[in-house]
Order: sequence, then C-alpha cells, then structure tokens
Amino acid sequence: MIAVIEPTWYLLLAAMLFGIGAFGLMVRRNPLIMFMCVELMLNAANLTFVAMATRLNDINGQTAVFFVLVVAAAEVVVGLGILVSILRRRPGATADDLAELKG
Amino acid sequence: MSDATFLEFVVFFSAAVMILGGAVGVITMKNPVHAALGLVLTLFGVAVQFVAMQAHFLAAVQVIVYAGAIVVLFLFVIMLLGVDESMDLSIEPIPIQRPLAAVMAVGLVGLVGAAIVRARDALIIAPGDGIATAADAGTHDANIKQLATNLYGDHVFAFQLTSVLLIVAVAGTVLLTRKWPKDVADTESSDA
Repeated sequence: MIAVIEPTWYLLLAAMLFGIGAFGLMVRRNPLIMFMCVELMLNAANLTFVAMATRLNDINGQTAVFFVLVVAAAEVVVGLGILVSILRRRPGATADDLAELKG
Repeated sequence: MSDATFLEFVVFFSAAVMILGGAVGVITMKNPVHAALGLVLTLFGVAVQFVAMQAHFLAAVQVIVYAGAIVVLFLFVIMLLGVDESMDLSIEPIPIQRPLAAVMAVGLVGLVGAAIVRARDALIIAPGDGIATAADAGTHDANIKQLATNLYGDHVFAFQLTSVLLIVAVAGTVLLTRKWPKDVADTESSDA
C-alpha cells in the first residue's frame, strides 16, 4: 500500500535538510563549508515555501522563493568576498582563528 | 494504487535520497571540492522536488542560479585560494561541541517534525487563488505566466528592492576584495 505524496512529506524532508545544515554549520570549521551549510538551510526554506504554496494553493509562496534566491546570491557574493580578503592575508585560517578579530 | 501514484512515490523518494545524501556529503567530506559536489547533488534533488510540485519555472531557476552560478562561485573561490586539500576532521577544538550540536540538531528536527505532523489536518484548507498548472490551463507556460503576473504585479516594489540589494552586494564585494595601492591604503587606512 502506497500513500499519495502529500505536502507534509515535503515539509518533513525540508526539516531534515535544515537540521543537517544546522549541524554542519555548528560543527565544521572551514568557512567555505559553513557557507555551503547555510545554502543547505536556505534550500530547506525554499522547499518549505513551495510545499506550502502547493498546500495552500497560493502562488505567493513560489514568488517568495525568488527573493530567497536573490538574498542567497547576495549573501554568497559578500561572504566569499570577505573570505577571499581574509585568506589572502592569513592562508589556512579557520573560523576559530578569526576569534582574534575581537578587541 | 494507480501507476501515477507509484511514479510520484518513486520520484519523491529518489529525490529525497539525493537531497539528504548530498547534504550529508557536504558536512562529512574532508575535501571542500567534494563538499561542493555534494551541494550540487542536493540542489538538483530540490529541483526535482520542485518539478514534482508543479513549480517548473522555479526548478529551472534553481538549476541555473544555484547549481550554475553559486556552486561555480564556490568552486572558483576554492581554486583561487588553493584550499582544495583534505582537512583532518578528527580534530575537535571545543571538547563537547559535536555531541551538543548533534543534540541540538536532532531536537530541532524532532520539534519541527512533531509540529508538522500535528498541523497536518489543520492546513488542509486551500484559501489561495489557485496555482495554474500546465495540465489545467492547457498551455505549457501557465506556471511562468502566473508567476510573472504575481512578481511584477503584487510584488513589484520588493522586486525593485532586490536590484538595489544586488548592486550594493556587488559594489561592496569589489570594495572588499580590491587590492588598494600603497599610498591610498596609507591615507585612507583601508586594509582590504
């Protein structure tokens, strides 16, 4: 017996994806990998938006994904810019080493 | 059980395996390049789920913008900085960081999952104006047309603001990563 695929399943999948991304963000020390984990969490949010658009029969949820995409692109551009200028100065720096920034 | 239901089932679970497998790959791979490839797998899986939910245009945008532009940017920075060597993941700088993070992540997923399962029946109503699908409307670009009407009609001000956001991001990144000439750096005390 196979049930019909419901939006609830997509929401559960998105929750798991968000959890994996959050775990990676807390555990990994390479700033690049941490950015990828943020992307995973943003994708979980996108999946939720589209699932709820389907569930509520409302196109606004799909439009919201556009804005998440733009914010993700801007975030990656600025974040990687900061990363490049840090690593140019201190090659091999991890997120822990950047604690030296505090005054 | 019809054949269409069975197909939907297969598509959902293969894409779910792609998504979760890629995500686990991102957080477990020692080499950043392999992690970026895991991210590509996840992004393609999410695109498949978008197609399954009749969001065809978003699936295309997902592949082009995420898998095309953002991951290429990641790979470009990895190669530019030369950090594409494996790291030792057995080092744990803060002693109980990983168990605590695992507890928090499992707790988060458990709480959200419980809320989703509980709210399962509460959200069965469909108050929206409807989503045009290719099958209903009879044209293949029904989804794109409806999205465009919504984006450039109801959300046109937010759309304009995103262009401001992108300009600011691009200008800021150029400012951050530019190598300043020595005299300019001295007078303006800019060390970017």
